Amino acid sequence: MSSIVEQDIHADDHHHHAPGGGIKRWLYTTNHKDIGTLYLWFAFIMFLVGGSMAMVIRAELFEPGLQIVEPNFFNQMTTVHGLVMVFGAVMPAFTGLANWMVPMMIGAPDMALPRMNNWSFWILPFAFAILLASLFMEGGGPNFGWTFYAPLSTTYSNDSTALFVFSVHIMGASSIMGAINVIVTIMNMRAPGMTYMKMPLFVWTWFITAFLLIAVMPVLAGAVTMVLTDKFFGTSFFSAAGGGDPVLFQHIFWFFGHPEVYIMILPAFGIISQIVPTFARKPLFGYASMVYATASIALLSFVVWAHHMFTTGMPVAGELFFMIATMLISVPTGVKVFNWVATMWRGAMTFEMPMLFALAFIVLFTIGGFSGLMLAITPVDFQYHDTYFVVAHFHYVLVTGAIFSIFAAAYYWLPKWSGVMFDKKLANWHFWCSLVSVNVLFFPMHFVGLAGMPRRIPDYALQFADFNKWISIGGFAFGLSQLFFLALLIKACRKQGEPAAAKPWEGAEGLEWEIPSPAPYHTFETPPVIK
Amino acid sequence: MNIGAIKFAAASLGLISASVSATDMPLNLTKGVTDISGQVYDLHMYIFWICTVIGIVVFGAMFWSILHHRKSKGVKPADFHESTKVEILWTAIPFVILIAIAWPAAKTLLAMEDPSESDLTIEVTGSQWKWHYKYHGTDVEYYSVLATQSEQIHNKFEKGDNYLLEVDRPLVIPTGKKVRFLVTSDDVIHSWWVPAFAVKKDANPGFINEAWTRVNEAGLYRGQCAELCGKDHGFMPVVVIAKEPAEFDAWFAEQEQIIRDKKAEEQRWLSMSMSMDDAMDMGQKIYTANCAACHQASGEGLPGAFPALKGSKIATNNNPAEHIGIVLNGKKGMPAFGKQLSLAEIAAVVTYERNAWGNNTKQLVQPKDVNDVKNGK
Repeated sequence: MSSIVEQDIHADDHHHHAPGGGIKRWLYTTNHKDIGTLYLWFAFIMFLVGGSMAMVIRAELFEPGLQIVEPNFFNQMTTVHGLVMVFGAVMPAFTGLANWMVPMMIGAPDMALPRMNNWSFWILPFAFAILLASLFMEGGGPNFGWTFYAPLSTTYSNDSTALFVFSVHIMGASSIMGAINVIVTIMNMRAPGMTYMKMPLFVWTWFITAFLLIAVMPVLAGAVTMVLTDKFFGTSFFSAAGGGDPVLFQHIFWFFGHPEVYIMILPAFGIISQIVPTFARKPLFGYASMVYATASIALLSFVVWAHHMFTTGMPVAGELFFMIATMLISVPTGVKVFNWVATMWRGAMTFEMPMLFALAFIVLFTIGGFSGLMLAITPVDFQYHDTYFVVAHFHYVLVTGAIFSIFAAAYYWLPKWSGVMFDKKLANWHFWCSLVSVNVLFFPMHFVGLAGMPRRIPDYALQFADFNKWISIGGFAFGLSQLFFLALLIKACRKQGEPAAAKPWEGAEGLEWEIPSPAPYHTFETPPVIK
Repeated sequence: MNIGAIKFAAASLGLISASVSATDMPLNLTKGVTDISGQVYDLHMYIFWICTVIGIVVFGAMFWSILHHRKSKGVKPADFHESTKVEILWTAIPFVILIAIAWPAAKTLLAMEDPSESDLTIEVTGSQWKWHYKYHGTDVEYYSVLATQSEQIHNKFEKGDNYLLEVDRPLVIPTGKKVRFLVTSDDVIHSWWVPAFAVKKDANPGFINEAWTRVNEAGLYRGQCAELCGKDHGFMPVVVIAKEPAEFDAWFAEQEQIIRDKKAEEQRWLSMSMSMDDAMDMGQKIYTANCAACHQASGEGLPGAFPALKGSKIATNNNPAEHIGIVLNGKKGMPAFGKQLSLAEIAAVVTYERNAWGNNTKQLVQPKDVNDVKNGK
């Protein structure tokens, strides 16, 4: 295979290399690597923006009483924090990883639809500019929670709702285009000999994720459109006074929202399934069952949405159905965790930075999985619902789950992207500070929630004071820890560090390691042949 | 300077010790005071221990592997990468565990969702940001509003022990009886939650949800609104007092008497007129308690969210009827106060709004005027 790769580089000499600097390169680029870089930087900036909103939240919750912000602004912070993290940080980061890695992992020269790729990225900054600008409007930005339950988001919201709706539409369009691109690329541009069941798991999980995106983003678009017309054009989809139903909104939202949760975790499963075998120096255990487990999780994700709504007053038959369907998801998810542990079993492990983040992922995501199983049990969910126990649960699966997997992926592939090894000292600081602080931040939330503290409140009873102080301290520390990562990324982008080999990790396997580091601007213009 | 520093240190020490002494947060879910809440607690612990055991097994295997199967110990990696037997086994075992969880959970759930054969029904209505209770089929009804002073919230007064968990008028229910709740809302979605009863039910505008409880021990139980319902979501607690049935009956008879007296009083008000000073005094109190959260003490509102009353057309024109109508019946995001405030109180607050902050209309609204608007005259 390596001879083919050399030929590829030779062919590349006849073409132009990376175009020169300047904004036009980035505005007009159709190159999957450039667009991947744009997505990843955009996601990281949004991560810092959403994170600074979390800092405002934690500063206000540091002590009982209102000190820093008023309740209305507090609600805007929780709302926009959620929206920015979900749609601005996690999803674009995964799309960025897909852009960079999917073509290189399947031996394709680029994404199948490069111009749409450019467009799907470049509408994102506008979407978030609109959303963030709404915070400065008279009356403030969206303050009804990222789940924007009607009628709080319709009759009782302020005029910035129009901007919120428009920006969500743009984000949705961007996601759908990104997903179409991934599907078309994977179905049509695999190198000869790469059958579906030979694809790396990161490609598989993204392939399935992309179908989820196409299925549910239009549902979200429908939901926001109905909110728009209810608020501004006199319809009554969600108002009983006009024959509608506010709970209908929740059904529509969570029909999008629950698959959305898996959109944010399936690519993470793929990343961990790439990294663990590399550093255990042993092939992934149960490749086929991993693929089937991912597909089952994706299918089940369409029939569990109402477990977010157990207190809305469903018929008991509905509650039983959604309880059992939700519990079933733990079976394929369990299979994945068991497979990762079995991959490590009797391997020869080393613990470089990607592996450390992957191990932290497996342990902490599983903790989030346990609290998820507890939340599935309807009668007990009545006590947990809308408390900090839920906040703890979804931050374990999204921060120490999705975001830790993104960190793992960034450390794993950064040498390939930048051509230099990252600064190990900064990486260690980043990992250990993040690991400790994230648990100081989110673990006590379980206790606070069980003791009865509702979520989304700007002020709380005195019994919760000590724990909240610790949670805030953990929050500030976790926020600051990310600055190590920022410094590390800047160094890597400036090519400061030892040059990286084509395959910087001893146990790594896959097409992406067959090409030099940094990856040339064009790769696999002649497809490699897979045996 | 030094004295100031010492004072500051002493004050902050005082604050710290105060916050420590006020803290006795339970670390686990409450067992509560009903049979159902006890079952819920048992389920919670049962699932918690199952998760703990699975966690010990999985993380144990993982950390064993991390400790022993490392390259630095010179191990050669094995090459196995599948085993149908093992994979079927660890798909099947979780199924069995899930059935062992689902069975008792379903039993408890069916009991929780059966509000039939209740002894007493209470209508619970949420609105921004208070609860309304009506004893079904009687005239006894009242609002239950946060009793914590805003000075405590804004750190001007020291915070009391029940900070944010206290109301002016708690709900009162009898012990040992099956009490059914009919839960709904006047505006956005709220959620009525008392952890000690394991009852949490959303209050959906336009729809009625059912829940029930049978409290075993007399006592005072605190909860909060659990569904984000706007600006003051964090400030609408639920407080329930459970009394022995005899005590409850006495209390209830007393409430009925109070209602009768109030109705008689209302009739008297219709023929009386308030003086400007009385109306302004009373009006300011009502305004602070009910209106200032949105329209602000200054009457300037919050631009874009809550309209200003200061200098507004409706509050300064010659015809107070429209103004009275809005207070009585609400408008868009604003709740209706017709059920909550008496005729005299509405007359006073409208008078206040028409004469405070330089609105100087010099108009005095009387209870009779309010009654006229109410009856569509």
